[in-house]
Amino acid sequence: MGLDITWAVDWVRLSADVIAEHRIELITLDREIGDGDHGENMDRGFQAVLPKLDDLPAGSTPGDVLKLVATTLISTVGGAAGPLYGTAYLKGAVAAGSAASLDGPAIAAVLAAARDGIVLRGKAESGDKTMIDAWTPAVDAAEAAASNGSDAAAVLAAASDAAWAGAEATEPLVARKGRASYLGERSAGHRDPGAQSTALLLQAASDAASASAGA
Amino acid sequence: MPVKKIINDPKRVVDESAAGFGLAHADLVRVEMDPIYVVRADAPVAGKVGIVSGGGSGHEPLHAGYVGFGMLDAAVPGAVFTSPTPDPILAATKAVDGGAGVLHIVKNYTGDVLNFETAADLASADGITVRAVVTNDDVAVKDSLYTAGRRGVAGTVLVEKIAGAAAERGDSLDEVAEIAERVNANARSMGLALTPCIVPHAGEPSFVLAEDEIEIGIGIHGEPGRERIKLEPADRLVDRLIEPILEDLPYSEGDRTLLFVNGMGGTPLVELYLAYRRAAEVLEERGVVIARSLVGNYITSLEMQGMSLTLLKLDEEMIELWDAPVHTAALRWGR
Repeated sequence: MGLDITWAVDWVRLSADVIAEHRIELITLDREIGDGDHGENMDRGFQAVLPKLDDLPAGSTPGDVLKLVATTLISTVGGAAGPLYGTAYLKGAVAAGSAASLDGPAIAAVLAAARDGIVLRGKAESGDKTMIDAWTPAVDAAEAAASNGSDAAAVLAAASDAAWAGAEATEPLVARKGRASYLGERSAGHRDPGAQSTALLLQAASDAASASAGA
Repeated sequence: MPVKKIINDPKRVVDESAAGFGLAHADLVRVEMDPIYVVRADAPVAGKVGIVSGGGSGHEPLHAGYVGFGMLDAAVPGAVFTSPTPDPILAATKAVDGGAGVLHIVKNYTGDVLNFETAADLASADGITVRAVVTNDDVAVKDSLYTAGRRGVAGTVLVEKIAGAAAERGDSLDEVAEIAERVNANARSMGLALTPCIVPHAGEPSFVLAEDEIEIGIGIHGEPGRERIKLEPADRLVDRLIEPILEDLPYSEGDRTLLFVNGMGGTPLVELYLAYRRAAEVLEERGVVIARSLVGNYITSLEMQGMSLTLLKLDEEMIELWDAPVHTAALRWGR
């Protein structure tokens, strides 16, 4: 079964919860190799999306929800995370189009478009110790699952698992983009906060899908 | 260790401070709160290039302290150490457009560059010509494919003053952008910290230093630097900052320069002047002439103790524009 507007709204609510819950953890990760604002900024952004969900007109699609998240994050988050996540959700919204329901391949296409948007804006590559190191394994896993005929929830579960593994794998890396790159070798030994927030958000997408399937 | 700050609510620090700034300097600026930006009281000035800068808060007096005659037309404060979003940058850009175009002065950090780029795209769509100059004077960071590039630090103040004077005398947008680029290209900076700083919403130090340790090559956001060493006498510390600066441009005998000793917020002037003494001595040994100087807390990292040195190689036009009248909350002369 495909994932519809209920899933998309649940994903945003779960995202806001999980970011609020991990706010301090993200601030701490960022303080170690950046400037300590990531948790605060992401929390401000997702809390700003919540009240707007109630104003979505009847007949809204998952793409409409992603677009709402995009414009809100761009306007409220600031830093690098605002434009990068904003672009990700915006490209994801374009890929989702006006479909009322997204199947496995459609979900994989949304994730791939989001990742491509981040690469375009941030110009980071795999291995630079950025959020891309969580996104790209997630997209690869999602595409593999979709081509094996997995349903949308299973595609998101695969993406979430791969994003977590990717976030963990940023720990030994030396940063080559973003503020952590100023530290050079000293950035090794710390997990990238953007990769961590990516894993949290993709897990929220997967959890929202499991909840939809169970309902 | 409890953190003591003069604040009400960590989430209201920037808004409440901007409101106070507006009340204190109502003769120079007005402060818009939604979205938040600080703009020259007489903006837009017809026919003059508008200059907008901005970035995370916590570096005061940068940038709002430099809004006024002969310098910036608007400043856009983000959350502490966080770039503002495109919305207030766009609003400020529109507010200062006097028909001659708008220059954005942006410090080289990923977030600042992305948000200013987005705002510039939106302003262009509204028919405003925008050019951007990205400052990157910090020699502590290697400029290579493997970093986000050098950071914009204290040299930004000098870029804002000199570009502001050029705009005030009626230069075109291309001319103002050209001199801003030239100042940035001839400025080099390096800083050190004796203590970290504490971001209000984080409530904990940005990094931890032992009693006798200092951090060399810091940026202005409390981000750790490139190396950590034991505290040394001031003269030796100044040498550690000035040597990489002198080698980098490089500066040579007979060059006329502006020497800028900047405090990070928690270091008293008595120590900054002591450091200036040694820097001047080193420059004299090299035959580098100090034609102008600036000493004080002009671009800070909250309550961090530390300093940065900036050396700008001057030409005749830069000297003339540096000396030109300026009337802002934090820089004021000749008028």
